[in-house]
Amino acid sequence: MKKVLSLVLVLAMIVALGASAYADNPVVKIGVFEPQSGDNGAGGKQEVLGMQYANVLTPTVEIDGTTYDVELVYADNASSNDKAPTAAQTLISSGVSLVLGSYGSGVSIAASDTFDAAGVPAIGVTCTNPQVTAGCDVYFRICFLDPFQGTVLANFAKNELGATKAYCLAKQGDDYSGGLCNYFIDAFGKDACVYEQFPEGTSDYSTYITNAQNQGCDVFFSPVSTEAAAQIIAKADTQALGMPILAGDTWDSNVILQAAKGTNVKICVTTFYQEGADPDFDMGIKYWMNNNPTALANNGGNDELAAVTVMGYDAYYVALEALKAAGSVDPADVLEVLPSVTYEGVTGAIAFDDIGDALRDSAFVKECNTELGVWDFVAVATVD
Amino acid sequence: MDALKTTLPYIISGISVGGQYALIAIGYTMVYGILRLINFAHGDVFMVAGLMMVYLAASLPLYLAIPLVILLTVALGFTIERVAYKPLRTAPRMSVMISAIGVSYLLQNLALYITGGLNKNYPAIPWISDRISIFGMETSRVTVITPFLTIILVAALVQLINHTKIGMAMRAVSRDFETSQLMGIQINRVISATFIIGTFLAAVGSILFFTNYPGVVPTSGAMPGLKAFVAAVFGGIGSIPGAVIGAFIIGIAESVIKGLDTILIVNGAIDEQIGLATFSDAFTFVLLIIILVFKPTGLFGEKSTDKV
Amino acid sequence: MIETKNKKGAWIAFVCVFLFLALIFALDQLIKPTDKLGMLLIVLQKGSVYALAAVSMNLLNGYTGLFSLGHAGFMLLGAYTYAIFTIPDKSRDAVYQYFDAAIRFSIPEQLSNHMGGFGTALGVFIALVLAGLVAALMAWLIGLPVLRLKSDYLAIATLGFAEIIRAVFQWSKLGPVTNGSNLLKNFARASKFKLEIAGTKLSLSTFVPVLIATVCIILIVLIVNSTYGRAFKAIRDDEIAAEAMGINLAKHKMISFVTSSFFAGVAGATLAMVLSIAQANNFKSAMTYEILLMVVLGGIGSITGSVIGSLLFVAASEWWLRGLDSGKFLGIEAPNIFRNGFRLVVFSVIIMVVVLFFRKGIMGEKELPDLFRKKKKEAPAKEGQA
Repeated sequence: MKKVLSLVLVLAMIVALGASAYADNPVVKIGVFEPQSGDNGAGGKQEVLGMQYANVLTPTVEIDGTTYDVELVYADNASSNDKAPTAAQTLISSGVSLVLGSYGSGVSIAASDTFDAAGVPAIGVTCTNPQVTAGCDVYFRICFLDPFQGTVLANFAKNELGATKAYCLAKQGDDYSGGLCNYFIDAFGKDACVYEQFPEGTSDYSTYITNAQNQGCDVFFSPVSTEAAAQIIAKADTQALGMPILAGDTWDSNVILQAAKGTNVKICVTTFYQEGADPDFDMGIKYWMNNNPTALANNGGNDELAAVTVMGYDAYYVALEALKAAGSVDPADVLEVLPSVTYEGVTGAIAFDDIGDALRDSAFVKECNTELGVWDFVAVATVD
Repeated sequence: MDALKTTLPYIISGISVGGQYALIAIGYTMVYGILRLINFAHGDVFMVAGLMMVYLAASLPLYLAIPLVILLTVALGFTIERVAYKPLRTAPRMSVMISAIGVSYLLQNLALYITGGLNKNYPAIPWISDRISIFGMETSRVTVITPFLTIILVAALVQLINHTKIGMAMRAVSRDFETSQLMGIQINRVISATFIIGTFLAAVGSILFFTNYPGVVPTSGAMPGLKAFVAAVFGGIGSIPGAVIGAFIIGIAESVIKGLDTILIVNGAIDEQIGLATFSDAFTFVLLIIILVFKPTGLFGEKSTDKV
Repeated sequence: MIETKNKKGAWIAFVCVFLFLALIFALDQLIKPTDKLGMLLIVLQKGSVYALAAVSMNLLNGYTGLFSLGHAGFMLLGAYTYAIFTIPDKSRDAVYQYFDAAIRFSIPEQLSNHMGGFGTALGVFIALVLAGLVAALMAWLIGLPVLRLKSDYLAIATLGFAEIIRAVFQWSKLGPVTNGSNLLKNFARASKFKLEIAGTKLSLSTFVPVLIATVCIILIVLIVNSTYGRAFKAIRDDEIAAEAMGINLAKHKMISFVTSSFFAGVAGATLAMVLSIAQANNFKSAMTYEILLMVVLGGIGSITGSVIGSLLFVAASEWWLRGLDSGKFLGIEAPNIFRNGFRLVVFSVIIMVVVLFFRKGIMGEKELPDLFRKKKKEAPAKEGQA
């Protein structure tokens, strides 16, 4: 009954959106700084989905007694560090009050200076590299960090998988995979790790798999983009990799599930959200996606939820909280109150520390069920 | 023996990728032989062939999609020559090369627009993408087939060039453009034929390459294209066997360099990773510069004299 | 040719440049990044960098007839040299997060400790010159073997060198110097350039890059108008005739190559300054191609052409045509056609049209002053004809 009710609610809200678009409310703009193309394009699109869904549910916000329509303004950073500053500038020039994103740490680091110079606050959604917020006053984030995630994964590899030698694969110049590998190696032990980086535009992952086999590793850690992941999984299957593959939050995506379905590869990931933790939310967003062909296509063609989508959803509400607390649409006012904003999201409680990072101390570990093509819950991991 | 066993997988995968480069390189070497033009767009035609397959295979059965892809790729190659190179026949060489770069830019941007900049997964072609086991090593069948298929196609091409009328015309044109024109050879026809053969082989190459590495992005063609061109220069531009041998050497070198750290560690030569894999692409260019400086005509190229 | 020998012309040019710089300085104060016109500043910043890069490429490709495709490599050298030597000491460890930084001093910081604000400016200047010198030195080394090669072999060899340079800078063993393949940031960058006069802070974030580009382009104009410039053009028009006239081919080709690379290095450093990051991965051959297309757009062999070409290129791709990507352009709404990437398609079609039908580009081999002069003398210039 509760589910039906929530469905009806969602429907009513969708209809209400159509109506409210005609209302003459002032507009507050939230910038969406996400990759829509390039290596991380698919992941970026999934993260945006969460924000769009949240925007459908809550299209208005009350700021200092006035009701504002929330408009999402998009800029494609093309997963490329050199395009990021200009993409950020287009958002700033279009008059956004604050910015959400990005998927992929490198582009966030690259753009942090631009946001800083303009004094526009930004909330990172899933950029986990410590450098995003360190030394930048305007960048905040709602996800956990690489030192935490790397340690969780290393402990999992050692204790649960019984691994003694790890093969780590990152993309050259990519701060997400590079950072995560770095902290994984720190926790796992430098001497027990083989660390390699592949250049951009690599199509041949078979040699890296051969390298891992030849060096006698017993776990394959490759927290790379989902594009590369699909190919690595395919090659791991043809070449009979013979060791589990381990990755971070980006791999919690239906791209991976599709690639792994029917193969003989063991895949474990750490992530922010376990589907089923909030059934009402799951139902609502799936209903929305299934009735919105563009959204469904952006999610990769099915309604399997990616953790980044859920994070995008939470980020939107954090942004609204910040606007409410600021009582103004001026970026400077938002920036001032942002450190003290808290929010109880679908992925857990969100609050910021002194640096602007989220206070999060747990991650979910999931394993890919290659028969059914779904994620199986393994454990909640914390670090002492 | 142990050293051989660890090295073998790299060599086999290198031979395979070398065969794929060879099929692209022939297009470069033939066009350069006749027009003295580095056809920068050739690698992108190869990428477009890959994308066409992605979209066609989604709606057509493979036995229709494969011939159609080859046909459309050939048509694309033909059109590019007619639209972008033919009007510039009398222009300086630099203009034609800039036009080629422009076509390459256009094809990449079109691909970016159509795919939305996302990676497209290449359809699995049954049989050739099946998993097989040779010398105790697991790989896909395409890896083993590629070199043989390449050699068969090249042998057929050499026959065509040596024993048919159009082949003779091609040889004549590549030897002396103006004189052969005076001798009544229809230059435009010969050039079109060259582009058709070149793009046909690139289309076949793309099927093999993307079956092996099943992800197509707008820039997928750029690096393989450059490497194939280097292979053509390495073998001696204008020489088909030279291009093929050059391509195999580059393919093997690239693959071995990617695994060199591992080979050295396993055999006890070094203790830890030194990141030599970073140079897997760059090494191709090192080879290029060495050959250009010491033997500019390539391994099998003929000495040409410049006239005032 | 931009005439500088004639005294009156030189004065006019000087006044124009001064007024132009004054205008940029004023714009820098009037427009804030959060304004609608904020994009204008970005276009001016990036446009001036690319104008310098295009003009320096034109010096080589247009004036000397050496078809080189190694520009991105030299810009990379410049960007890295500049970035490495201007990262403040306290940010070093944060930037080199995976390595132990080997170089631990920042030229602007050291100098400002002794000389204050002027020291910072001087330090930035020294770092820029150093960036150019490193690129020039590398050009000299590369030029020794490759400048003997003929047109398209030279193109592919220089392209190859650029790729090799990029790989070397990404090598993890050089991490303590280059930060491996990771990006460099926190160095002296345009957004932080401020002039403090009597308590009021004046922004220089657009003025400085434009000033650098203007000064460098003026220097290149002076070179082109010197005896060296005339020798370059003789080589371009007919190598053998030039040699017969007593021009030392090897020497002049090398001078052109090294000079062009020096300015490419400065352009790379300025690009880093503007983008506030430097990463080897961004300096791919695609960057060289783009600069080449700017040169072609403006007209090979015209300096004002290159400047106009690159400003148009940057303004169109970063600003005016943005609507083509986001569903709405010139009031037409068509989200299905105007989606991501359409801008670049339209753009590349325009470029192909220029390449095929307007081979001389916007300016041909003329310069801006020529256009004014021509009107006085003869019938309207025939331009843009293939």
